[in-house]
Amino acid sequence: MTVEARLGTVANYVDERTGGAAWMKKNLQKVFPDHWSFLLGEVALYSFVILLLSGTFLTFWFDPSQREVIYEGSYEPLEGIKMSAAYASALHISFEVRGGLLMRQIHHWAALIFMAAIVAHMMRVFFTGAFRKPREGNWILGIGLLTLGIVEGFLGYSLPDDLLSGTGVRIAEAIIQALPVVGSYFAYFAFGGAFPGEAFIPRIYTVHVLLLPGAFLALITAHLMLVWYQKHTQYPGPGRTEKNVVGYPLMPTYMAKAGGFFFIVFGVTAFLAAVASINPIWLYGPYTPGQISAGSQPDWYMGWLDGLVRMAPPIETQAFGHTISWNILVPGLIIPGILFTGMALYPFIESWITGDKREHHLLDRPRNAPNRTALGAMSLTFVMVTLINGGNDIIATHFDLSINQIMWGTRFGVFLLPPLAFVITKRLCLSLQRADRDLVLHGRETGTLLRLPHGEFVEVHEPISPEKAYFLTSHEQAPALELPAVDGHGVKRAHALRNKLRARMSVANAEAIPKVSLNELKEIEHH
Amino acid sequence: MSNEIEAIQDPGLPAHVHRKADTDPAAANRAERQVAILFGISALGTVLLIVSYIFIPDDLFIFIPVMGNQNAHQLGLGLGMAISLFFIGMGAIHWAKTLMPDTEVVAQRHELRSPDSDRKDFVDAVKSGAGAAGLGRRSLIKRSLGAALGLSALSPLLLLRDLGPLPGKELEKTSWKSGTYLVTDPGNRRIKDSDLEVGAVAQVLPEIADPEHRKLSDIAKDAVLLIRLRPQEFNLEADKLAMTHDGIIAFSKICSHMGCAVALYEQQTKHLLCPCHQSTFDVTRGAKVIFGPSARPLPQLDITIDDEGYLVARQPFSEPVGPSFWERNSQ
Repeated sequence: MTVEARLGTVANYVDERTGGAAWMKKNLQKVFPDHWSFLLGEVALYSFVILLLSGTFLTFWFDPSQREVIYEGSYEPLEGIKMSAAYASALHISFEVRGGLLMRQIHHWAALIFMAAIVAHMMRVFFTGAFRKPREGNWILGIGLLTLGIVEGFLGYSLPDDLLSGTGVRIAEAIIQALPVVGSYFAYFAFGGAFPGEAFIPRIYTVHVLLLPGAFLALITAHLMLVWYQKHTQYPGPGRTEKNVVGYPLMPTYMAKAGGFFFIVFGVTAFLAAVASINPIWLYGPYTPGQISAGSQPDWYMGWLDGLVRMAPPIETQAFGHTISWNILVPGLIIPGILFTGMALYPFIESWITGDKREHHLLDRPRNAPNRTALGAMSLTFVMVTLINGGNDIIATHFDLSINQIMWGTRFGVFLLPPLAFVITKRLCLSLQRADRDLVLHGRETGTLLRLPHGEFVEVHEPISPEKAYFLTSHEQAPALELPAVDGHGVKRAHALRNKLRARMSVANAEAIPKVSLNELKEIEHH
Repeated sequence: MSNEIEAIQDPGLPAHVHRKADTDPAAANRAERQVAILFGISALGTVLLIVSYIFIPDDLFIFIPVMGNQNAHQLGLGLGMAISLFFIGMGAIHWAKTLMPDTEVVAQRHELRSPDSDRKDFVDAVKSGAGAAGLGRRSLIKRSLGAALGLSALSPLLLLRDLGPLPGKELEKTSWKSGTYLVTDPGNRRIKDSDLEVGAVAQVLPEIADPEHRKLSDIAKDAVLLIRLRPQEFNLEADKLAMTHDGIIAFSKICSHMGCAVALYEQQTKHLLCPCHQSTFDVTRGAKVIFGPSARPLPQLDITIDDEGYLVARQPFSEPVGPSFWERNSQ
């Protein structure tokens, strides 16, 4: 029997027991559009699988206990030192378990790649407008996954209980302790008494290996089912419309590409783990609250939060025998809370401004949505400024600067640079639209110079293909909402202030360089 | 919606361009061989992994330019694994790109909303279901159910109560008492004032009966930094100056911002710097905050010497050490 015939038998077997033929047929032929930027979400998914596999390996030896032991392993510099069983077992994995260090490094690298892929994937979704109706729900699931990822990553690198991670836990404890009214109670509950106690590592271990991975699986499943059911978005281009999907069928092309890509992501992660040391916990020593190492840095996805905390002005309120630490609450909880809520609500805010309630399956080119692109650039600038301040000590020592200058620079920069990024990005988008318009009207510059009989030099322009011309003009340019203060019946609208705000934002949002129409093109061809 | 009366027409999907392997059997065979070679490289990677596992001792270090000293065993395992995985992926993708169908397929997309009749039936079903249950009319049921559900959420919260003891006044207390000796950490030896030269720094802890079993949660509040300056270098109010001894000043080492160990001392400027968030404290002015996010100076410990010249605490800390909390009363 040939392979095809045998697989056919399997399909037959499955259908006789499930009756799934119709469903399977349809879904095996499901069409997936192809674009490199669609791989970013896949990288996140595959990193998650790598995290599950490598994490399971680590649990076989890791002992999540803060019981005090004397180190007797093979790493001589720590011989005879008192430490927690968690740290000792992490050292055991690194030095005595064959391949243990490799697996630890794969796990850590995969976590960094996972977070980077989530952020990059989110940027793709944001800048192309893929979050618009009907995908608002999936956008919110994505924000949920990002948040879980930050927490899960922090708990993960806190587990080895080395000097660096213990310092991170100390800071987390201070944030809990700073909560008004309930802070010291919550801190005592979380740590089973005074910091650091012996309860925290075992507790976060359960959360890290059971609770949060379970939540991840549930959210990822929902996220993917929605992608499947709503069908993937696609980039605009000839033959691509809001009503179709152009791409390759799941079986075999997409299956082979996606399956192969999993191995590539795993292979690259293993390569990094093999050649690039990460989190060498044996250099830090065991955690003790009285010590610290200079240049203490969190993992990159926590860096912006750390930077915010560092730049906060030293303000506490003391009144009626109580203390409120604004220097911790504002950068540690309030600003991140506002940011994440704003991100989750953005699809609804945008559709409120544009008044657009239709389904969208064709992606926007970022330049054709200048306001959104500028807002994205503004948010990224904010995060970059705070991230730079999160590494101010490292930057200061590497570039021979003073920490104070970097701190003051970012304290101002965090207010000044994001709006500047907004303005510049919006101008850039409009300029790019203008360039597109020029390209459609006057064609491509060939670089060939032509000397006219009377001596003038001109550059020869070549008309672009009809495909390209369509691609550059197929986007929609919606006019601003008209929200007159008085409606058609001569009655004043309710919520005057809200409408005014909406109208103003809508005008700003609709700003665009008019795209080339067929008439204009014909007119210019006649000349 | 927009002025697209005269938009440029969609020329439709561009014509499909065949690959070499689609038309030329020799090219297709060549592609097959390339895929097989890629899978073969992957197999070699696995061989490298096995060889490394068995034959390279796990304590062998080799020097590699740029990377420095590397554990050869881990490196062999890692590279073997990376090669074996990466080239499976390369092979599969090369296979898909050269030999699997690359004709773009167009599938139709249907609007997600259901036909109007279904939607109406659905909405009616929801309405009549809610109506039959009397959700609208029987407000007593609705409210009491809401209250019961809300209250039932309290029980798991209550059961979590035993996660930890109540803090009580613990956050405000340390092990320092009047007459507690200062001992070195590490070493656990009492210190004489003459042990510290001008410019020196030492970490100290309170002397306890069983130093072998000192708890980390005690260190987290008790750690103290001793610094010796020339007495005339201080710029302190009289009561704070009285808490020093002959140029030796003692501060809590636990940062008043978020509790990290304030461990970096700049001898030239006499500044203490917390490596976590760069709060900077001026030692000569009683650890006054001169930079960074911390809002309070480091608490100062009142020290003196006993008859034999050993440093002791004259009194406990007069304020809670470490980061702020709601119950902290700074007045």
